[in-house]
Amino acid sequence: MRAAITLISAAALAVAVVLSILVGSVWMSPRDILHGLTTPGPDLASLIVLDLRAPRTLLGLLVGATLGLSGAVLQGLLRNPLADPGLLGVSSGAAFGAVAAIYYGLASHFFFAAPLLGMVGALAAAGLTYAFGRGGTLSMILAGAAVSGLGGAGVSLALNFAPINAAYEIMTWLQGSITDKTWDHVKLALPLIPLGWTALGFTGRGLDALALGEVQAASLGVSLNRLRLVALIGVALSVGAATAAAGAIGFVGLVAPHLVRPFVGHQPRRTLLPSALFGAALVLLADVASRLLRYNGEEIKLGVLTSLVGTPFFFWLVLRLRRTAP
Amino acid sequence: MTILAAENLTVRRGGRAILDGVSARFEGGGLVAVIGANGAGKSTLLAVLAGLLKPDDGVVSLDGEPLARIEGRALARRRGFLPQSPRAEWPISVERLVMLGLTPSLPAFGDLPAELKPSLDRAIADCDLEAHRDQPVTTLSGGELARAMLARALVGEPEILIADEPMAGLDPRHALDSMTRLRGLALAGRMVIASVHDLTLAARFAGRIIALHQGRVVADGAVRETLTPDLLRLIFAVEAQVRGEGQGAYVDFAAPA
Repeated sequence: MRAAITLISAAALAVAVVLSILVGSVWMSPRDILHGLTTPGPDLASLIVLDLRAPRTLLGLLVGATLGLSGAVLQGLLRNPLADPGLLGVSSGAAFGAVAAIYYGLASHFFFAAPLLGMVGALAAAGLTYAFGRGGTLSMILAGAAVSGLGGAGVSLALNFAPINAAYEIMTWLQGSITDKTWDHVKLALPLIPLGWTALGFTGRGLDALALGEVQAASLGVSLNRLRLVALIGVALSVGAATAAAGAIGFVGLVAPHLVRPFVGHQPRRTLLPSALFGAALVLLADVASRLLRYNGEEIKLGVLTSLVGTPFFFWLVLRLRRTAP
Repeated sequence: MTILAAENLTVRRGGRAILDGVSARFEGGGLVAVIGANGAGKSTLLAVLAGLLKPDDGVVSLDGEPLARIEGRALARRRGFLPQSPRAEWPISVERLVMLGLTPSLPAFGDLPAELKPSLDRAIADCDLEAHRDQPVTTLSGGELARAMLARALVGEPEILIADEPMAGLDPRHALDSMTRLRGLALAGRMVIASVHDLTLAARFAGRIIALHQGRVVADGAVRETLTPDLLRLIFAVEAQVRGEGQGAYVDFAAPA
């Protein structure tokens, strides 16, 4: 069963990757691509695949897997099915950093100012959450909420005073997208994201023990302080880099763990890998859909689409909780 | 032989001493019942003895080594702990739940090592959980869940088991069953320290009773010496008699005048 869900999610991801390479405003057949890549010299097919779709696909994969993995880790850590990667204030810190870069016009002088400042914002937010919230799970959630609020207030402040052009740019960035992302975006995100994954991967045993509650987990030799710190570092690095590169993409981190949990016997550690794979597949499929769903020639933004599709799931979750809760 | 020694334990919360200079020494096997009124400090004492709560003053040592200096996993392999009314947070299977008791012996990654499989099977069999092995723990009855949690605490075969109110919320049959299991462990040479609210069960099953009153030890010794009307009046503010002996013992409360 649990090997099956890993295989299924891996297969879904493979399908999503292939679609992400083939589908777009220019449809490509595998033969076009093979031909383009095997003949020397640049042609349209190889340009589209190598310079546009490959980096977009890879970035979507990195971002989606990050959201799925960190959502699974945080839901396990907090034993709360509504926890999502934004909970610790990291995404909102990243958003504030990127928005500040746009607001001060840095982004128009230096192309990578937004993602770079986004990462700085994410790490600063994580530091703030840790400084105020260490020592307890509840205090960490509250500190994360406070930091989220602070980041959100900063973003609103920037929107308040931004000239109309900058405001439009900020809104666009906030909606979250992997359109027009280049290899440079991938290079920027690539060193940090796998580092974050590694930290998150080490939380599995502790998350399993937390199924017994904090007291029993501590009695089994699990250091809760260390577990919380490792989870925060992992989320700060991976979610921070993902948000900085692609903006805020909602609901994937919330939904992916729920989709796989029943298939792994609800064991938190076994949720991590399939949830990461499903998260990546969801982001890529949503991105493919966003290329096809046009309105007045405008692509629907990825973050908007995931929220639109994710919200009904949220309602379903509420209904199910109402049915099963005592 | 295992020696767990508490010296002069003091825990303060909000200006009040929850534990006030508690000393006790536990050697080898045997079932020790900690009794006392609500708020007397039983749960705090057990948490400190288990190394889960650092006392403001005093020290607990295991075979001469302070608990604070023993690495968490090493301590966890030697001492099992059951909090009051333990719950599972996810609907994992009974087998998975019991396996979690082996956490301190597991590698960071991968499945249960083959050499630990027999311990798992034994714990499940000993606690009569064979029929529930694959059942989600959230669907177990209170008595079954208590057995599953006990199996979880015993699967690593710790020398010491500390249990906070292991009978809380159990009907008479399951409370008796739980006590019988704890005494069986004590007879097999384990050190079992449990807080017990039901004085009749404590009188029947414990080899030694420690009575707490307002954070202090007011009696420590064999049932016959400790469970006296004077002590029960002091700690529970009720008139009570202890009648019978051994398995026939019971504590008889007089209605308040």
